Amino acid sequence: MNATAVPASRPPNLWVQVWEIPLGRAGIILLGIVLVLSLVGPVVFPFNPKDITSTAADILQPPSSMHWLGTDELGRDVFRETLVGARLSLLVGLLATAISITLGSIIGLLAGYYRGAVGITLMRVTDFFLVLPLLPLIIILAAIFGQSFSITIMVIGLTSWPSTARIVRSQVISLRERQFIERIRSLGATDLRVIAVHILPNVLPLIYANTVLVIAGSILSEATLAFLGLGDPVRVSWGTMLHFGFVAGAAGRGAWWYLLPPGLGIVLVVLGFTLAGHTLDQLLNPRLREF
Amino acid sequence: MNPALLSIKDLKVYFELRQGLPLPWREPDVVKAIDGVTFDILEGEVLALVGESGCGKTTIGKTLLRLIEPKAGIIQYRDQDLAHLKGVSLRAMRQKMQLIFQDPYESLDSRQSVFDILAEPLVIHQRVTQKKDLQACVFEALESTGLHPAAEIAQRYPHHLSGGQRQRVAIAAAMILEPEFIVADEPVSMLDVSVRAGILQLMLALRHQKNLTYLFITHDLSLAWVIADRIMVLYLGKVIEIGPSDRLIHAGTHPYTQALVSVIPSPIPDRSREQIILKGETPSPVHVPEGCRFHPRCWKFQRLGSPKECLTQEPDLRQVAEGHLAACHFLD
Ligand SMILES: Nc1ncnc2c1ncn2[C@@H]1O[C@H](COP(=O)(O)OP(=O)(O)OP(=O)(O)O)[C@@H](O)[C@H]1O
Ligand SMILES: [Mg+2]
Repeated sequence: MNATAVPASRPPNLWVQVWEIPLGRAGIILLGIVLVLSLVGPVVFPFNPKDITSTAADILQPPSSMHWLGTDELGRDVFRETLVGARLSLLVGLLATAISITLGSIIGLLAGYYRGAVGITLMRVTDFFLVLPLLPLIIILAAIFGQSFSITIMVIGLTSWPSTARIVRSQVISLRERQFIERIRSLGATDLRVIAVHILPNVLPLIYANTVLVIAGSILSEATLAFLGLGDPVRVSWGTMLHFGFVAGAAGRGAWWYLLPPGLGIVLVVLGFTLAGHTLDQLLNPRLREF
Repeated sequence: MNPALLSIKDLKVYFELRQGLPLPWREPDVVKAIDGVTFDILEGEVLALVGESGCGKTTIGKTLLRLIEPKAGIIQYRDQDLAHLKGVSLRAMRQKMQLIFQDPYESLDSRQSVFDILAEPLVIHQRVTQKKDLQACVFEALESTGLHPAAEIAQRYPHHLSGGQRQRVAIAAAMILEPEFIVADEPVSMLDVSVRAGILQLMLALRHQKNLTYLFITHDLSLAWVIADRIMVLYLGKVIEIGPSDRLIHAGTHPYTQALVSVIPSPIPDRSREQIILKGETPSPVHVPEGCRFHPRCWKFQRLGSPKECLTQEPDLRQVAEGHLAACHFLD
């Protein structure tokens, strides 16, 4: 054991490390572009959902100098609609992720820290939610509460936390055997203190990487649900655009300009989050780094 | 002789080893890490606990501090039974007993500064409410463990400290609640030889200043002899001999103790030494030998021509002299 003090140089900021890996950099660039477009876009090019045409000639028109990406089945500008749609897709993704990560982290921490009855029960609950299918759940809830974007957020949040819980739990199980945790317990610290002050900070990087991946999954889930007509009918998201475009027969009529922008948007955002998330995971998850 | 601070009676600690599915007809293997030990720790003494690796030293230490749940037995601390204490009263008792770990690289939270490490016990037990009192307490604790200048050390993180300094921080953190009883689990075995003496001197000095009682765990019998008042020898989860240090080293009666003493590397005066090398491995605590658990490796058992008692009867601790007990059918 070397006895001389080695002043450790602080590792560079995590996002800087991600930036240094090509795939991670691609992810950050993609996300940056989408974020700027969704925030600034609708301000520069406002979209009025009530701006419905009265003449059939304006419906599903191909791109022109007036409408850069053509018009939808109600004669509205697809370019502007896509920019606004990004906002809702991202918002649903982020809020659902907040629910999912909060639940998953808390349950993972408790299930890992408490062995015995509490831990086993929590893992059974986790396994139950892991196999709980998304679609029947949202159909039932939509039938009871009506279709709204808060139901979508809740359902996605409630069905996607188990993977986080499992990852956090396995890390906590190895942490709780560490000597510094045992020393804190022997000082008489409450379980809450041990978990919140000493275990949580050590699993935070893992939660952090997982969050980015869960956002990607949530955005995809929202798009899927909305495409199937289970989204909020009065708000525009990329998923609802695909739904209404499909229902209006855009595919059959060759109106690619209506389906391509939201579809591409979803692919790029999910790709961006997935690239960034996997890179973070590689940097933070010691088990992955070994291979 | 001082009164007992702790009285341990028939303490047992078993670990269940799970292999595969917990099917009802499959008996889990049981590690009998501590298999019924009875002993006292006297107020103000240093009791050394010695024995080979895996004999259960750490398990005893942690069980006394209720970091491991005992399966059976009594841990009497003054007039309280620690073995059955729970919740708030257990947390309150923890202030009186502290553990010093073997590995100072593992026992400190690398995310906490030295100041936070030392302040935490005080915060947990709400000993200090004023911020400036907290600082005074922390600085005093650092100074008293030989960490100067306190204000500068307090700002550092564990990775800025050497192993010896870390162990001093761990000791300071253990002492800050003014405990009565310390379990020190091989506190110097991971340290550089050059800093060992300093740490031991610190621990002994603190013992006199603060009137501490130590359970000092070590596998080094000569170290135990130097620092302890009494030595207790453990073999496969059982006490096989206990007595005053000098007596145990010079007039140990159990064949196992005699074997351990005979191979102490540094020359111990007035002893015509014949080295007794124990044969074989320590048996696993899952399958403890019948009769005397030491007999498969016992040189005396062989010399005496495999007496029947050793094979069938577990020897109890018997008095050899005042305060000196050993568990063997054929004591000298
Ligand atoms: N959590 C556990 N689960 C199962 N077996 C355990 C556990 N902890 C300890 N043991 C077993 O109990 C026995 C005693 O272990 P213990 O750590 O107390 O030994 P020790 O005397 O401290 O050894 P060392 O000198 O190597 O530190 C060993 O056989 C060990 O394998
Ligand atoms: Mg040990």
